[in-house]
Amino acid sequence: MRESTIMKVHYGTALAAVALVAVHILMRLTMGYSESLEYENVLANYKFVPYAIMLELILILLSVHGFNGLRVILLELKQGKMYEKAVSYGCLAGMIGLIAYGSRTIIMTNMGMV
Amino acid sequence: MAQVSSMSDGQSSTMKSITLKISRFNPEHDESSQFMEFNVNYEKWTTVLEAILDVKKHFDHSVAVRYSCRQATCGSCGMIINGKPRLACFTKISELDSNVVTVEPMNNFPVIRDLAVKFERLFDTHQKIKPYLIRDDTELESDQKEFLQTPEEVEQYIQFANCIKCGLCNSACPTMATDSSFVGPQALAQAYRYVADSRDKGKDSRLKVIDDSHGIWRCHFAGSCSQVCPKGVDPAMGIQLLRGYMLGFRD
Ligand code: HEM
Ligand code: SF4
Ligand code: FES
Repeated sequence: MRESTIMKVHYGTALAAVALVAVHILMRLTMGYSESLEYENVLANYKFVPYAIMLELILILLSVHGFNGLRVILLELKQGKMYEKAVSYGCLAGMIGLIAYGSRTIIMTNMGMV
Repeated sequence: MAQVSSMSDGQSSTMKSITLKISRFNPEHDESSQFMEFNVNYEKWTTVLEAILDVKKHFDHSVAVRYSCRQATCGSCGMIINGKPRLACFTKISELDSNVVTVEPMNNFPVIRDLAVKFERLFDTHQKIKPYLIRDDTELESDQKEFLQTPEEVEQYIQFANCIKCGLCNSACPTMATDSSFVGPQALAQAYRYVADSRDKGKDSRLKVIDDSHGIWRCHFAGSCSQVCPKGVDPAMGIQLLRGYMLGFRD
C-alpha cells in the first residue's frame, strides 16, 4: 500500500476514535466508574447491540491506529530490508490478532456465551 | 590531547579573548572525539570561522574544517557551535555571549575528520527529488520568450529557493538521527520548491518519490529544521505545504 494511503488511514482512525471514544466516555458517565465495571453491567453493555457495535468499531480503529503507529516507530528505529518486512507483517499480524481476540469477547458476550 | 595555547603578542588592548574548544577526531585512528582548547582573541566582528582559521594559522594547521565563501552562500561551514547547528562564517563570537565557544561536527553526518563531514547522503537525497524544472516542451525554440511568472507565482516558492544546501536542517532533525533512510528536511523543502513553481510539470513524479515508508510521512512536526536554517527557508513549512498536496488539500 502507498504510504500516503496508510497515513490517511492513520489520521482518519485517530479522528474517528476521538468522536467514538467521546461517546464511549459519555455513556460511562451515566453511572459511577466502579459501578460500570460490575459484572452485570459489563454484560449488559455488550448485550446492548448499538453500544457493542460502537465498542467493536473503537477496537478496530485503535488497533489499526496503534499498530500502524508502532510500525512507524520501529521503522524509524532501525533499517534493513528483512527487518522492515518483519516489522510490517508483524504489526499487521498483531493488528489482526488483537481485533480477532477483542471481537471474540464482544461477540461471545453479546450472544450470551459467558 | 587537550592543550591550551594562547596568542597575545601585538594585539590591541580593546581585544577580548575566549576559549575555543575544537572537537578533534580522525576515524582512521581515534576511538572517540576529544576537545582541544585554544585561547583566541576576537573583535566585535570576528566570526567563529575566523577564530578557527586563526587557530589553524598560529597553533595547529591540522584542524580540519570545510569552508569557501565566508559569507553564508556556499553552505560549506555548517557545524555545531555551542550546541546548536550554525554556519561558522555567519556566527559572530560576540553574539554567542559566552567565554567558551565549543565547535563540533554536524550531527547526523559521518565525520571525515574534526569538523569536516561527509555530504553524500544530503546530495543523494537532494538529487532524488529531481531538483530541476520538469516539462515536456523546452525554452530553446528560437522565437519564444522565457517562461514568465507573475510576482504572486514567484512568491509561492522563492523563499525555498534560498536553500544553500548547508545541511544544518538535516543536522537538527530528530528523525534523521535514527532513520538512516529518511529523505530529510533539506530534500523535502526542495521538493516543495519545485512542485510549487508554476513552470514545473513534474509534480506527480516528485510526489511519488517522497511518498515512501522513509519519505515525507516520517516528519513529525518537530520544527527544529526551521529553527536552525540560516537562510530563512523554513523547511518545516515546506513539508507541511507538501503534505497538503498529498492529502488532497491543494492541487
Ligand atoms: C483518539 C486520540 C488519538 C489521536 C487524535 C491520535 C493522533 C495521532 C497522530 C496525529 C499521530 C501521528 C503523529 C506523527 O506523525 O507525528 C499518531 C501517532 C501514533 N499514535 Fe495516535 N492518536 C490517538 C490515540 C492513540 C492511541 C489510543 C494509541 C495506542 C493504541 C495511539 C498510538 C499511536 C502511535 C504508536 C503513534 C506513532 C507515534 C508517532 O508517530 O509519533 N494513538 N497519533
Ligand atoms: S533548508 Fe536551510 S538549513 Fe536546510 S540545507 Fe537549505 S539553507 Fe541549509
Ligand atoms: S563558508 Fe560559505 S557558507 Fe560559510
